[in-house]
Amino acid sequence: MNTAPKIIATRLVIYWAAALFMSNSLAAIPVQKWMQPSGAAVFLVESPAIAMLDVQIDFDAGSRRDPAEQAGLASVTASLLAKGVAARSGPALDENALGEAWADLGAQFGTGVGGDRMSFSLRTLTEPDLLAQAVALAARQIAEPAFPDAVWQRDRQKIVASLKESYTRPGSVAGRAYSQAVYGGHPYGFEATEATIGRISVSDMQVFYAKHVQACRARISMVGAVTRAQADRIAQTLLARLPAVACSSLPSPPALPEVAPLARAEQKVIPFDSAQAQVLMGQPGYKRNDPAFFPLLVGNYILGGGGFVSRLSNEVREKRGLSYSVSSNFSPGLHAGAFTVGLQTRPDQTAQALEVTRKVVRDFVAEGPTEAELKAAKDNLIGGFALLIDSNRKLLGNLSNIAWNDLPLDYLDTWTQQVEKVTVGEIRSAFAAKLQPDKMVTIILGGSP
Amino acid sequence: MESHHSMKHSPPTYFNLSMPFLESPRLWLACLAMVFAGLPATAQIAPPSAFLSAPKVEQFTLANGLTVIVKPDRRAPTAAHMLWVRVGSMDEVDGTSGVAHVLEHMLFKGTAEIKPGEFSRRVAALGGRDNAFTSRDATGYHQQIPAGQLEAVMRLESDRFANNQWPDEEFKREIEVVKEERRLRTEDSPRALLYEAANAMTFTASPYRRPIVGWMSDLDAMTPQDARDFYQRWYVPANAAVVIAGDVDVAEVRRLAEKYYGPIAARPLPARKPRDEPEQTGQRRLDFKGVASQAYVSLSFKVPKLEALDLTDARSGRDALALTVLASVLDGYSGARLQRALEQGADRMADSAGASNGLLGRGPQLFVLDGVPAQGKTPEQVATALRQQVALIAQSGVSDAELNRVKTQWAASETYKLDGIFNQARELGSHWINGFPLDASARLIAKLRTVTSAEVQSVAAKYFGDDQLTVATLLPQPLDASRPPRVRPATTSRH
Repeated sequence: MNTAPKIIATRLVIYWAAALFMSNSLAAIPVQKWMQPSGAAVFLVESPAIAMLDVQIDFDAGSRRDPAEQAGLASVTASLLAKGVAARSGPALDENALGEAWADLGAQFGTGVGGDRMSFSLRTLTEPDLLAQAVALAARQIAEPAFPDAVWQRDRQKIVASLKESYTRPGSVAGRAYSQAVYGGHPYGFEATEATIGRISVSDMQVFYAKHVQACRARISMVGAVTRAQADRIAQTLLARLPAVACSSLPSPPALPEVAPLARAEQKVIPFDSAQAQVLMGQPGYKRNDPAFFPLLVGNYILGGGGFVSRLSNEVREKRGLSYSVSSNFSPGLHAGAFTVGLQTRPDQTAQALEVTRKVVRDFVAEGPTEAELKAAKDNLIGGFALLIDSNRKLLGNLSNIAWNDLPLDYLDTWTQQVEKVTVGEIRSAFAAKLQPDKMVTIILGGSP
Repeated sequence: MESHHSMKHSPPTYFNLSMPFLESPRLWLACLAMVFAGLPATAQIAPPSAFLSAPKVEQFTLANGLTVIVKPDRRAPTAAHMLWVRVGSMDEVDGTSGVAHVLEHMLFKGTAEIKPGEFSRRVAALGGRDNAFTSRDATGYHQQIPAGQLEAVMRLESDRFANNQWPDEEFKREIEVVKEERRLRTEDSPRALLYEAANAMTFTASPYRRPIVGWMSDLDAMTPQDARDFYQRWYVPANAAVVIAGDVDVAEVRRLAEKYYGPIAARPLPARKPRDEPEQTGQRRLDFKGVASQAYVSLSFKVPKLEALDLTDARSGRDALALTVLASVLDGYSGARLQRALEQGADRMADSAGASNGLLGRGPQLFVLDGVPAQGKTPEQVATALRQQVALIAQSGVSDAELNRVKTQWAASETYKLDGIFNQARELGSHWINGFPLDASARLIAKLRTVTSAEVQSVAAKYFGDDQLTVATLLPQPLDASRPPRVRPATTSRH
């Protein structure tokens, strides 16, 4: 099982970097990393086959940086970036001019916010003229957002309206209750409401943005038909309009508390008029830099991550027909993101589905997987490794993961070996250390336990 | 009405598949429209060079009538293997609605050689991922695999295509899973319920009037034999195509196709009744009450669709193409007409507004305008404002800048789509379902680039009257937590 991935790896070099690297002895995915004078870190995988480029820029400006009373601040700040560029290095562009400009360049620019990161993404053709214009426009959008107040007043009304709509949807209501129960007062559990959105002004956004979006802290990931020299220039241009400040002269972003473990089991039953009960069960999980990352990854594949072939799917769906969808997942980040089991079932079946699910989780935590299950998981994860990296889009996701989490540059090269090394005993002890089935929260919406 | 054009066997497992991979042509075009592209009004983005855009696609037919389509793409050592059957919910009859989709679930339940559930376990052991979908027009089964495992999945897929069998017990459990899928996707979504009801009103004779997942009472009454009969009738080699894209060799695929699919006995294709939709001669209106806080309105206009012939004949199909350009000018990019006119300003009309054109499909197609009223506005006002935007184009046409913008979007999308082999296989399969040639995408893009402002203006004037229109309105109802569960007790299986 050790040789197959190496063969794949060697071939990938040839596919993606034929123009530069013709040697079979090279590491599998040639990830290049360098620092720029601004302090920004650049990560590149050259992929010359298609005349296109994908870029992702990550900042420590995710929703964990939201003040509690202004939950949603990071998210709306990012969304307002698309609503206009101020007249500074070029003429002002309102939201429509910006939309047209991107369309006219054959490119896409997007912003996104997760618990940890605020991300900017650019997808463009690499025809030189188009590429140069797309990079220049992205640079303006990153550094010269207009934060127009009139647009924010309008968008705030839209957000409040969709919040109210979400209160009528069973999945949204259950998810919100779960998030609050599992994270307590930690920022990972903050939920935007009419009140928190109502407290946000464009000047709050400007302050938040200036504080957290700093060139010296940027992680830039690129995959596409560019050379290292080109990538360096592109990265530099993208951040060139942000204030040139050395990180050493800036205060460090404040450290945030960790997610507190749950003291005891809690079950919350929410009456709701829906065709299905929504069941969510879990607890805080682990941080991305946990040394047991691979045992937990492989273990969760077996428990509830592996689609049709997981234990949960087998017991709840295949054997009993109780649910269309049942799964478990971890969401590790800079803090211990939640471990969550989720399913939906006809309300009168809730108790049965919950009982089966709890038994599966309890047994797995107590006993771990069987040797046969571990072998099947490794066959899939190792055998299918190439499917995780067979497009520029997927490579970019992996590269930004390496960049954001300070993973070794050969992370993808050694990934299959790390999976291969995992033992039943390691999974058992990792799950026993991370999960306490007698202290999980359970949200039951629209059904009776 | 895009959101319910396909059902899947299982929810996606991996986050990067979180966008449901719907194969419906309408969705495919919507995806094209989502890719932002274009150039300054004077320039034109060319589609990718022949070298990149057309790694040679080959098609051949086995002696038993089964079609094989191969698109080599050697960027990465992976492959996508899909089996398309030209049968979907539109081939069902009243009383057994949903059977195409139920059968799709049952194909995971075994053959003489493979036990229930074993299919997916074997694909997983090969390092692969598998799933399936059912739409109005087609049923598809697919695996993404390391390229070296192609033979193994061809063996598995050909076996279940020819030899699917399972005990009644398996059906009894799986039909409950399908009902849960219906509850999840439809019954707990007021807009999905609205689409379902509106669809049933828009179409009279066309089988498009039935929901893909089936009516609940049809699912309750479905028998194992219903699924077996459907399988016997439609799963014949001449009604199927195998589509393979990725790091594969055409000659080797041909050898494997002969070996695994070749021995399946040829059987006659059952006759298809036309069930043509009669002409609509007056507006239809539906008020639908559902638990929601926001109202919603959709306007569906019956419009011509693109026929296979239109891809080769320069003069035919112009209206269908122009309608697609019209939809993109209205709603094809950020800052397009509907957004500007309805979603902006202090007294804005809508919180969202959209336009889409069906263009492709085995059945009749619709042009849909829809919107969510802003606070203080009514669905009627939104409907009027949407139609005003079409009327404006009927009156004054569209600008060259708009026209070029949407055309160059499509050109750029041809490059971006090369990044994924699964989508390429999906597109080829979808073309086959419609009876289109292998190079239909390139032909379609080329034809769209020839559409003029006058043609867009002309279709805006021609197809948006009252007589071919169905207006569906969601009337929001408050949530009533005190209501007892609306689901009947568990006495659903009647066999």
